Amino acid sequence: MSEKNLLRAYGDREGDGMVQLSFTLAILPSDRAREAAKRFAEAHGLKNPLVVAMEQASPEHSYFVVYGHSTHSVDLDAIHVEELGAQALGRDEIEALGKKLGRKIVVVGACTGSDAHTVGIDAILNYKGFRGEKGLESYKAFDAHNLGAQVENTELAQRARALGADAILVSQIITQRDCHKENGRALVELLEKQGWRDRVLLLFGGPRIDNKLARSIGFDAGFGTGTTPTEVAAYIVQQVSERETSRQAPKM
Amino acid sequence: MARLTVDTAKVERCRALAAGIARDVQSTIDAHTTVGLERTVARAYGVEGADGDGTPLSNALIDRLHKQDFIGFGVAYFLGRALARGAQSIQEAAEQLAFGAAIVAPSDRDDVTAIRAALTGPTEAALARIDDAKKERSAMRSRLGTGPLPLKYVIVATGNIHDDATQAKAAAFAGADIVAVIRATAQSLLDYVPEGPTTEGFGGTFATQENFKIIRRALDEISTGLGRYVQQTNYSSGLCMSEIAWMAAVERLDMLLNDAMYGILFRDINMVRTFVDQYFSRRIIARSGIIINTGEDNYLTTADAVERAHTVLASQFINEAFAIRAGLPVELMGLGHAYEIDPWIEDSFLLEVAQAQLIRQVFDRHPIKWMPPTKFKTGDIFHSHVHDAMFNLAGVMTGQSIELLGMFSEAIHTPLLMDRYLSLKAAKYIFNTARHFADEFEWKPDGKIALRAKEILDNAETLLLEVDKQSIWTSIANGVFADVKRTRTGGKGYAGVVKREPSYTNPILDVLEAAE
Repeated sequence: MSEKNLLRAYGDREGDGMVQLSFTLAILPSDRAREAAKRFAEAHGLKNPLVVAMEQASPEHSYFVVYGHSTHSVDLDAIHVEELGAQALGRDEIEALGKKLGRKIVVVGACTGSDAHTVGIDAILNYKGFRGEKGLESYKAFDAHNLGAQVENTELAQRARALGADAILVSQIITQRDCHKENGRALVELLEKQGWRDRVLLLFGGPRIDNKLARSIGFDAGFGTGTTPTEVAAYIVQQVSERETSRQAPKM
Repeated sequence: MARLTVDTAKVERCRALAAGIARDVQSTIDAHTTVGLERTVARAYGVEGADGDGTPLSNALIDRLHKQDFIGFGVAYFLGRALARGAQSIQEAAEQLAFGAAIVAPSDRDDVTAIRAALTGPTEAALARIDDAKKERSAMRSRLGTGPLPLKYVIVATGNIHDDATQAKAAAFAGADIVAVIRATAQSLLDYVPEGPTTEGFGGTFATQENFKIIRRALDEISTGLGRYVQQTNYSSGLCMSEIAWMAAVERLDMLLNDAMYGILFRDINMVRTFVDQYFSRRIIARSGIIINTGEDNYLTTADAVERAHTVLASQFINEAFAIRAGLPVELMGLGHAYEIDPWIEDSFLLEVAQAQLIRQVFDRHPIKWMPPTKFKTGDIFHSHVHDAMFNLAGVMTGQSIELLGMFSEAIHTPLLMDRYLSLKAAKYIFNTARHFADEFEWKPDGKIALRAKEILDNAETLLLEVDKQSIWTSIANGVFADVKRTRTGGKGYAGVVKREPSYTNPILDVLEAAE
């Protein structure tokens, strides 16, 4: 039974485990270097590795390409993924939910800290959008504010509060030495200290970010590479509607 | 090389319009100075070093003057006055002004002739530093020679200057003609230039004078070893645009990213600040023979590359006009553009070729700099490599001068050593295999490429007419470029913009302006 859920890399035939690997080593091309590359691949679990390219790439380094049979497999049953908890909706459905809400959802976004790359936040928020899907600015359901790049957490918090934000979007492209996580965590702590963390939806986005990472640093959801504005819009409109309903429920 | 039929009268009309737009801004430039410009003057006169907290002396000095509302006289006024009154050196005068008793207000009793006379020697010394570095660069370049066009330009961005040096040498070994050290993302908004070598930076490495030296030394070493001159690039942009131009000039850099409007649009730096700073930086750059790289490629990462192609061309005309005003010869104007059209659009390659060919012909003596696809890159490195190959083919077909090579890992991380190696290998192959391709055909006069080129030029002229009519200030406020809107008094660094006093003193600028 469990056999069925074991995944192996598929190359040419079921179960061959074929993978390719490329890397550089600080050694110049030689028979010894080729053997070193082979052993390096073996150490990664590749059986019968074939060093198919070995070229000098710098005064001190060689570049290698290796093919080999991976001996490893993955048990699918052992995998638990943090799901977003929102349905995929189309533009009309999003607008319909927004209309039902009876007010515009205020969304504030920024690239925080030293990050100057607005490509992600622009793709999601700006009218122009991404891959043919228009951004949140284009929706009647949203009142979107893009604060741009290099916005400090304190400024973002202050602006978001003043605008009455339902959701805050933080975009982080630069991830050297985990600065994105530190920036994100600092914002969560700031909002907690100010006492309104629970009143706002916190979204984290960027090429190295996924839902699990975002949740682990205290955000409500994370969005990675290839996320479209519609996906973000669908998530926000559902979450805000849900929160509004649960907030109103006890009063009735 | 195959040439499109381009309406030269229309091109000249665009140039005339751009010249008018730049002329309108020049009166504002000539009436103002900035803290960044004055820090540059201080550095040029030899004000060096930083205190224990890392605050450069040039900042301490200019901040003091600014606090007392004296910036409008120019830092040279005070340095010259101190020298005329017996200070032993510029450094002593600077320290006295920065940390001593309150600065005495300029008055009619100040002997302006004596102030100017005291600055004659230091001004000559400052310009000699630029000229000597230029001579050394030219000698090395002519001794070792440079590669065939398009020049292969790559970036390194480790954050640690010593790793950058290793990566720069590796890139040169693999065939790079030009190496740029990408700056730390936060630096454009710092109102000072950090001191010394740096080993920590996000998204890149700080531009400091010491870091410039370290990379120049590494590239000199590998250039001599390879028998091929490898050029060095950094960024003269942000709030310290002109200070960095000075450092690059004396440390023998070959190219600088330097754009008349980039800071305004993409870093939200105040308009007046940017226009004044770009002017002074370009005066220095012109003197030192550095090639500028303008940043029009960025327009296409925010706005759509098909619909807004003409904004790139219009901006190039404007950048050219500003550069002419700063005394830059066309041979130093590396006007920028980019291969950023959605690759899945049918015939997108034709659209890219049309724009590249048009820009090549409109700016025929300029070292045009072409940027690779970035916006539509994904984590599929194999497809990305193919995308870059098409970019390279278009580049060699249309005779681009400088090509920043695409990296297949563009959407993933700053390039690894092997990423750069493979990118250079692919570019070498394509440039070589198609070197004389464009000598073998004629562009179809009424074909898609010719029509697209005509459309871009027509739209650029329309846009320039509009900008000319409502001025660049209003145009930028209306989001004409890159869909970004900025105001005249908004943005960062506005507090550092000051009106020049009638007795404003800046002998270095005077010499640079007189050189024409």
